Amino acid sequence: MRDDWQAGGFGIYVHWPFCQSKCPYCDFNSHVAAAVDQRAWARAFVSELRRYARETPQRIVNSIFFGGGTPSLMDPALIETLIACIAEHWPLARDVEITLEANPTSIELGKFKDFRAAGVNRVSVGIQALNDNDLRRLGRLHSTAEALHAIEIARAVFLRSSFDLIYARQDQSLSAWEAELSQALALDLDHLSVYQLTIEPDTAFGRLHQAHRLPGLPSDDLAADMYQLTQDLCKSANLPAYEVSNHARPWAQARHNLLYWRSGDYIGIGPGAHGRLTVDDTRYSIDTDLSPDIWLEKATRGNAEHSRVPLDTADRVTEFVMMGLRLSEGLDLLRLKQMGGALIEEKVANLVDLGLVTRSESHLTVSAHGRMVLNSITRELLVD
Amino acid sequence: MTDLAHIRNFSIVAHIDHGKSTLADRLIQSTGTVAARDMEAQLLDTMDIERERGITIKANTVRIEYEARDGQQYVLNLIDTPGHVDFAYEVSRSMRAVEGSLLVVDSTQGVEAQTLANVYQALDADHEIVPVLNKIDLPASEPDRVAEQIEDVIGIDASDAIHVSAKTGVGIPEVLEAIVARLPAPSGERDAPLKAMLVDSWYDAYLGVVVLVRVIDGVLKKGDRIRMMNTNAVYPVDRIGVFRPQMDPVTELGPGEIGFLTASIKRVADTAVGDTITHEKHGCAEALPGFAPSQPVVFCGLFPVDSAEFEDLRDAIAKLSLNDASFSTEMETSAALGFGFRCGFLGLLHLEVIRDRLEREYGIDLITTAPSVIYQIHMRNGQVIEMHNPADMPDLTHVDHIEEPRIKATILVPDEFLGDVLRLCQDRRGLQIDLTYAGSRAMVVYDLPLNEVVFDFYDRLKSVTKGYASFDYQMAGYRADSLVKMQILVNDEPVDALSTMVHRDRAEVRGRAMVEKLKRLIPQHMFKIPIQAAIGGRIIARETLSALRKDVTAKCYGGDATRKRKLLDKQKKGKKKMRQFGKVEIPQSAFISALKMDD
Ligand SMILES: Nc1nc2c(ncn2[C@@H]2O[C@H](COP(=O)(O)OP(=O)(O)OP(=O)(O)O)[C@@H](O)[C@H]2O)c(=O)[nH]1
Ligand SMILES: C[S@@+](CC[C@H](N)C(=O)[O-])C[C@H]1O[C@@H](n2cnc3c(N)ncnc32)[C@H](O)[C@@H]1O
Ligand code: SF4
Ligand SMILES: [Mg+2]
Repeated sequence: MRDDWQAGGFGIYVHWPFCQSKCPYCDFNSHVAAAVDQRAWARAFVSELRRYARETPQRIVNSIFFGGGTPSLMDPALIETLIACIAEHWPLARDVEITLEANPTSIELGKFKDFRAAGVNRVSVGIQALNDNDLRRLGRLHSTAEALHAIEIARAVFLRSSFDLIYARQDQSLSAWEAELSQALALDLDHLSVYQLTIEPDTAFGRLHQAHRLPGLPSDDLAADMYQLTQDLCKSANLPAYEVSNHARPWAQARHNLLYWRSGDYIGIGPGAHGRLTVDDTRYSIDTDLSPDIWLEKATRGNAEHSRVPLDTADRVTEFVMMGLRLSEGLDLLRLKQMGGALIEEKVANLVDLGLVTRSESHLTVSAHGRMVLNSITRELLVD
Repeated sequence: MTDLAHIRNFSIVAHIDHGKSTLADRLIQSTGTVAARDMEAQLLDTMDIERERGITIKANTVRIEYEARDGQQYVLNLIDTPGHVDFAYEVSRSMRAVEGSLLVVDSTQGVEAQTLANVYQALDADHEIVPVLNKIDLPASEPDRVAEQIEDVIGIDASDAIHVSAKTGVGIPEVLEAIVARLPAPSGERDAPLKAMLVDSWYDAYLGVVVLVRVIDGVLKKGDRIRMMNTNAVYPVDRIGVFRPQMDPVTELGPGEIGFLTASIKRVADTAVGDTITHEKHGCAEALPGFAPSQPVVFCGLFPVDSAEFEDLRDAIAKLSLNDASFSTEMETSAALGFGFRCGFLGLLHLEVIRDRLEREYGIDLITTAPSVIYQIHMRNGQVIEMHNPADMPDLTHVDHIEEPRIKATILVPDEFLGDVLRLCQDRRGLQIDLTYAGSRAMVVYDLPLNEVVFDFYDRLKSVTKGYASFDYQMAGYRADSLVKMQILVNDEPVDALSTMVHRDRAEVRGRAMVEKLKRLIPQHMFKIPIQAAIGGRIIARETLSALRKDVTAKCYGGDATRKRKLLDKQKKGKKKMRQFGKVEIPQSAFISALKMDD
């Protein structure tokens, strides 16, 4: 058990909780702040990194991810400091993946080269749409032209890059989505995340929706058609799904996210960042304060953890299955067994009969068809 | 103790809501029985459910002292009775304990179905009847027209009917005088051996079983050893008293008096209403004729929504039966709903009342299965099986024929709605027995199958007549008909709790309605689900619930793991509210809605 996480790897997530403006659909821990004292944040991040380094010496870091919020608003010097700090305290894998999330506005694009110089080797850019009207409705600060420009710059500067799109937007037709996605695919990208717009409760969209003032959202059927279309188009563009919403050339899959879905260990640094850390024989779920101010203060005082809870076998199994089923590679049944988990064979057999999963000696894999109802499959397997 | 000539015993009877309880209030108040500051509307309706619904369910007795205009002091024992047909049994046994009835008729409404039923019962009990025309304070009141109607329809003299407003108190002195002047005093022998009627009994948390008695002959005293002639049980009397309306101890009860006794009787079931109470020694020779027992006519299954609450339900039912001997229970198991009880009730209102009390007073969420009646299954070998639950239907190859209970229904309805009422009765397989007119109102008498009535007849009647019809019924024996058991199959598995008995000709309509409803109630699954209604092996209605197309969370990264895991854990709890049928999960709420009888 003690080394199970190694099958998933070890990574570090750094959360930058600030954005230039808040998008109405977004429930990430992101805030609009007038002025940010990047030096103070640098000190806090470094202090947290050192604290974790003492706990996990000698672990090989497979991935570093600067997420947000909008981490492309960070000073490249700050990024450099943090990467250097990590390299100082842990051995880095030879092929370590260092990703930065970026927004496609001109200020940030100007910094891409500096980010590369600081050590970043992959960017993930939130394009969201290739349609000016929809970008406005999504509250984005950039235009389609800027988005296309961002793609160009990102690919010129970085060897690996990824782009996010959101579909199932207000008043979006199936054919409009088909045209838009085809346009993106024609760019011959290596990695694309395609998310169905989710109306999250604690957002501006959530509140509008609650008040029936968010018209034009697609029906469940249309959303299903859009998902299906996405799968088909991406597949024929040689960008198969390797996860529910993620498509990539086989060599271009995001290692950092794979680490989550494969239940690796990760340290979470920054407000609201979560971690999973196996220490001695126990795997802990760690979370931090959401408020940037509180987090900063606590981190500066020496420990920003809000809670650290040991996970019991049932919790670990639930997470392992829930995350692992999202992947096209399937759920590693040997690991599940070693973890002390088991699936109810009769339920598995039913799902196989329905063509929703396939099962081999070593893996349980959700079929392309099954992925559309993954939550039901997960519930079926985990809830008895 | 009061001499016979100064006692008057009477019941107040009327159609539902005509103002019996309000009239009782005024009688109690104007005689000073209850202090003004303790008065409240419908004082005698003390149960929560009575107060909430504004109806009387249980008959109540009160002793009133009244100084009449002749200057003499009288003791009046009044019994306020329920108006709803389900509780007609309360009325009939109350009448056995008294000599006269105040027949209250709402002067804005006129004679209604229970007015008739009550008059027939009162005549049957040899009662002197004093008609009281109530609600004359209302502008729509037409006392003269109603008096005429009473004479026409019922055939009793209404020339000296008393005009009353139980609300304002107008006419109350006249009512009190009429009670003294027009109702007979009871008769009885003080020196004869004790002979008393066990009118009613109920459980009191402090006193145990309380027995309502009417003394016919002899004297009942505290400390007496009494014998129940029917059950032959002997008890020493702990307390005796009267209701004013609170319990008030007295030293003895003599002939003509009504009061209560307690005698460390453990269970209400140990007392048989209608039984004759006498002394253990020197008892009376001959018992009173007794009452015909009340019979449950409508049955349904009650199951806890959360199967872990079965024991709580068992306790709650046991406690309720302590107080209400008129509902019957037996354990039932259902593949669909688990452990529960099959209960018999006097009617649908009674069913609702009991279910409400279980849910409210005992905090148990219940699933109620479709109401059913008792079918007599005549087997080929001559045996007759009484079937309370369609799930118990024997193998058809051994069944010769099936008989169902019929009722004689009396409906009073304004002329303009008569056509709709006749159509409704016809549609429910009714056979017309009689149709007469009283002014602009028609009185129709139909022979109807009870099973068509328990389904939703009353609601339909109300809606087609905009609430202007009144309805009363009596059981009227059994008759064979072409009855079949309709099963509901969900994903090809029969769901026992949804089985019902229907007439062959109506099966298809019912089946269609049921499968359409279920299609709306069962959540989509990962596969498509056929929902069918079947008779024997034959499918008579079918719907298909299409498979769920999309149910997937778009984003799930490191920061989401905890929340998603907790959501799954919560769904594990939610799953208790689901019942599994083969591969299909049906939420409890779907059963409740599917089986709801009113739509
Ligand atoms: N305006 C007016 N309303 C009255 C009068 N008498 C009774 N009511 C109202 O009629 C309704 C029914 O009165 P109840 O006394 O509960 O009738 P009931 O006959 O005891 O009803 P059940 O016990 O359910 O059969 C209540 O809303 C009373 O307030 C009256 O003389 N005038
Ligand atoms: C951490 S967010 C944002 C990264 C960056 N700040 C940006 O906005 O481009 C990562 C991605 O999640 C997606 N996303 C955020 N909220 C979403 C929602 N409610 N529904 C669907 N996708 C969403 C967007 O595609 C977004 O680019
Ligand atoms: S979507 Fe990106 S830019 Fe918009 S609020 Fe969320 S994190 Fe900030
Ligand atoms: Mg009443």
